[in-house]
Amino acid sequence: MKKLRSIWTILACLLTLPAFLEAEVAPPIEGGKLPDIRLAIPADACYQTYLGVKGDGTFSLPQIKASVVIVEIFSMYCPHCQREAPSINDLFSKIQQSKKLNDKVKLVGIGVGNSRYEVEYFKKTYSIQFPLFSDGEFIVHKQLGEVRTPYFIGIKILNDGSHKIFYSKLGGIADNASFLKLIQAQLTK
Amino acid sequence: MQSFLKTIPAIAIFILLTSGSAFAISDAYKENIYNPGQLKPVDSTLKVRVGEPAPEFTLPSLSGEAISLSQFAGKKNVVISYVPAAWTPICSDQWPGYNLAKGLFEAHDAILLGITVDNIPTLYSWTRQMGNLWFPVLSDFWPHGAVADKFGVLRSDGIAERALFIIDKAGILRYAKVGDINRRPDLEELINALDKI
Repeated sequence: MKKLRSIWTILACLLTLPAFLEAEVAPPIEGGKLPDIRLAIPADACYQTYLGVKGDGTFSLPQIKASVVIVEIFSMYCPHCQREAPSINDLFSKIQQSKKLNDKVKLVGIGVGNSRYEVEYFKKTYSIQFPLFSDGEFIVHKQLGEVRTPYFIGIKILNDGSHKIFYSKLGGIADNASFLKLIQAQLTK
Repeated sequence: MQSFLKTIPAIAIFILLTSGSAFAISDAYKENIYNPGQLKPVDSTLKVRVGEPAPEFTLPSLSGEAISLSQFAGKKNVVISYVPAAWTPICSDQWPGYNLAKGLFEAHDAILLGITVDNIPTLYSWTRQMGNLWFPVLSDFWPHGAVADKFGVLRSDGIAERALFIIDKAGILRYAKVGDINRRPDLEELINALDKI
């Protein structure tokens, strides 16, 4: 009888587990920290250099060699992300052209629910130069509270390796010039 | 008893993998998407067979023009994308992705026909959120789901399956995939199937 009771207890736990796992993960909050998002180290040596990561394992966003990291949560299936792509390319290009910013500010994109093939197709279609990662099984998406797309997160990486979110918003970046000012302000803090 | 206990980790993994939503909603739709939750993955039986002629049909399109399968005979390969219903999570991003992938369809000399069992006014307001779709969107609303039923993709609750068909220029069905209604089909698999035509 005891064994039977323990089996029922285990089954009850298993059946309620998804509810706990899905218990309202909130989107990232400005002033807070990111969950432990792990991304595969890109095979491309240029991207490894850009991000300052090596090897063939995974890395977390605060490990990127930068003072500020901008993360775009996108999907190739999202009409707003498609419309936003040229503007984000412009933002990336302005960062790269600025001697004050190009070493300190890095940009990455995470394609939620997108396979590697789909991410590559999005990248090729819009000639995107910064690294894009596939989150085909929505693992990162769930960690980030299943935000709608596009969603932008800005983190400031502190000297001790910790980090702080300074920007976390749904929707595209309305004005790249203002956004660059916001980034520059983080660098002078 | 011990063998049952051994299966518990497997049950746990199954529950974890099959639980929860698996879609990302574009901000294009704001709060207007209805989430029906997890549905039975497939709820119909195909009535068509790969290698045989595809059934002919004519359906009204958003442009006002009636479109028949036979009008593409000898001219274009035809990809049919049946999606279950307008204003639902996965359907709402599947076609915008195909919109972006226009070049892949063109490279295979293929036209895409997007079909649902919704009526034209519903399809009009829904697809306007997707941008300008390059492919015709057809309504299989009345007689309700008659073409979906011909293909064997009409579910018991009156919506369509999430199905993809490829019909070659000779009118022969070359690919038929009724996927899990809860998941978006893999684009790479569709393009690989077009590669084989």
